[in-house]
Amino acid sequence: MPTRTFIEAVREGLRDEMQRDEAVIVLGEDVGKKGGVFLATDGLYEEFGEDRVIDTPLTESQIIGTSIGAAVNGLRPVAEIQFADFIFPAFNQLLSEAARMRYRSNNTFGVPMTVRAPYGGGVHGALYHSQSVEAFFTHIPGLKVVIPSTPYDAKGLLRSSIRNDDPVLFFEHKKMYRSVRGDVPDGEFTVPIGRAQVTRQGTQVTVVAYGLMAHYALEAADRAADEDISVEVVDVRTLRPLDKETVLDSVRKTGKCLIVYEDNRFGGYGAEIAAIIAEEAFDYLDGPVTRIAGPDVPGVPYNHVLEDWFMVSPEKILDGIRTLAAY
Amino acid sequence: MAVTQRGEAAGRPAKGVRRVGASVGLSDEQLIEMYRMVALARAIDERMWVLNRAGRIPFVISGQGHEGAQVGITWALKKGHDWVAPFYRSIATAMTFGMTARDMMTAQYATANDPSSGGRQMPGHYGHAAHNLLSVSSPVATQILHAVGIALAAKIRKTGQVAMTFMGEGSSNQGDVHEGLNFAAIHKLPFVLVIENNGYAISVPSSKELALPDVAARASGYGIPGVVVDGADVLACYRASKEAVERARRGDGPSLIEAKVTRLTGHSSDDQQTKYRPAEELEAERSLDPLPKFREQLTAAGVLDEELIARIDAENKAVVDDATNFAESEPDPSPDNALEHVFAEGVEGTF
Repeated sequence: MPTRTFIEAVREGLRDEMQRDEAVIVLGEDVGKKGGVFLATDGLYEEFGEDRVIDTPLTESQIIGTSIGAAVNGLRPVAEIQFADFIFPAFNQLLSEAARMRYRSNNTFGVPMTVRAPYGGGVHGALYHSQSVEAFFTHIPGLKVVIPSTPYDAKGLLRSSIRNDDPVLFFEHKKMYRSVRGDVPDGEFTVPIGRAQVTRQGTQVTVVAYGLMAHYALEAADRAADEDISVEVVDVRTLRPLDKETVLDSVRKTGKCLIVYEDNRFGGYGAEIAAIIAEEAFDYLDGPVTRIAGPDVPGVPYNHVLEDWFMVSPEKILDGIRTLAAY
Repeated sequence: MAVTQRGEAAGRPAKGVRRVGASVGLSDEQLIEMYRMVALARAIDERMWVLNRAGRIPFVISGQGHEGAQVGITWALKKGHDWVAPFYRSIATAMTFGMTARDMMTAQYATANDPSSGGRQMPGHYGHAAHNLLSVSSPVATQILHAVGIALAAKIRKTGQVAMTFMGEGSSNQGDVHEGLNFAAIHKLPFVLVIENNGYAISVPSSKELALPDVAARASGYGIPGVVVDGADVLACYRASKEAVERARRGDGPSLIEAKVTRLTGHSSDDQQTKYRPAEELEAERSLDPLPKFREQLTAAGVLDEELIARIDAENKAVVDDATNFAESEPDPSPDNALEHVFAEGVEGTF
């Protein structure tokens, strides 16, 4: 089976869907001749032309708002927000418009739109090129939020997102673009939205994570095994709708749960998972539901010492596993 | 609705005015239907206020004073083909574009079968998928980007459609307007922005909203035509719209039309405009009411006469009565269905 980097899988997913369905267009800043600042759309302009690969002005609200309109009138836009940090000018269009169109029109209009955005830190991106923004969007009914961690899932979930009839936010951890490789089969396959995956079997502690943290969780689990701690890892993959059963099944088995997310801790996505476990698996718990997350500062600081301080690492996760296992 | 034919007693036309209709390619029958629509939109609107003051419906947001511009401008589009992204005063636009009096009145009562939203949105948020009338929200001016996106899709898919959006001059200051006009102009999209300038953003006069008297002046900054029309002159509005729509359909790009209108009511049923508008101004602006102006114009031209006007009024009243009775008798939506249509698949958590 061929191996691909994460970014190659994204690019292939885009190209395959554009070949399969001429309603699929790509728009965003620098997505054309340059192929995107991370080269996610490299080659698409040459293959599909300027009608379907559109360089936009620096206008995030327009990128999303125009995509909503194009989706209403028969296209399947894939909008790229150059960095997730820059999505906020479009927040109103996502919250008030895209997410609500189907509900507010009583199912007479829908918005089949995918919004791709690189997120996450550990790349010397500082406050405005490092943020994890998922919690702003997982809070909103009407939006789907997908964060793949492997090239296979990236390609399969991107295809599913583009074919979905509702708005999907598709966040890609930029540190994984070239550092993560994996098997990606040729030909048609998809990964369904709304399914988590147990990526490592274990018995003593469940670690729930997504994106880059799903890799760090596996790394920490490997090292915990050297200390005879058996860790199960659940990669959420789709944050909303959440596959609650896969998470709850694992916690019911291990009795202990550590939730890992890179975003700052307070009100982060992991808080919702903790609440669900408390409500629906309380009787199975053999220790407190705990979180390893970013510190509550307004952004990731630039200096490498400070950035290392901010970032969740396999070591920090391992510490959390040890503490919980010993509880 | 039956089309009223001109009666025998219609009298002789005043040639000068008749040429106005002919010069924009409208027949007498079309002029009568335009008048009927202006009057019907007014009759529906007035009924809403009566129902609100009687405690039957909780909220009204009105289009009184805007109807002439809305009918004249919307008339130039192809119904069932082109697209409209309306705003909250777009009663006459929505009806000109295909929504019925019953459709409008079920929105006031928020009934289960209200085609705009099934009772989920406040009145004034009109939309109808079968008529290419896009669902609208309350944050102002967001819809310009949807209309621009619809126009982008029309261009890419080569459908020949034109997308038009409407908003007030207060909304025109939002950043989305700049972003939308810029993008539409760059790509020469088949798009028309209509500003219905009634001089007030709720209570704030346009002198505190705009540094220039005309929003249309901004069009030059995007390299597109911007025209000002008298919003009480239905045929002038139609002519300006026809030119903009034809230009858009030819592939020559977007236009901006600013119709100067008057707001005959408060901002909404929760507003008392005498608090911030001088009595003299309110009195003077009655003369800008498009309904009597259009009626007098068409009467002078011999297109309307007293008998026909009376008949149209009676027919409109019957239509409004029917719509009111219909909406009164329709059921409320059920909480049993309130979780539905968050996503296409149905209720979240079931897939």
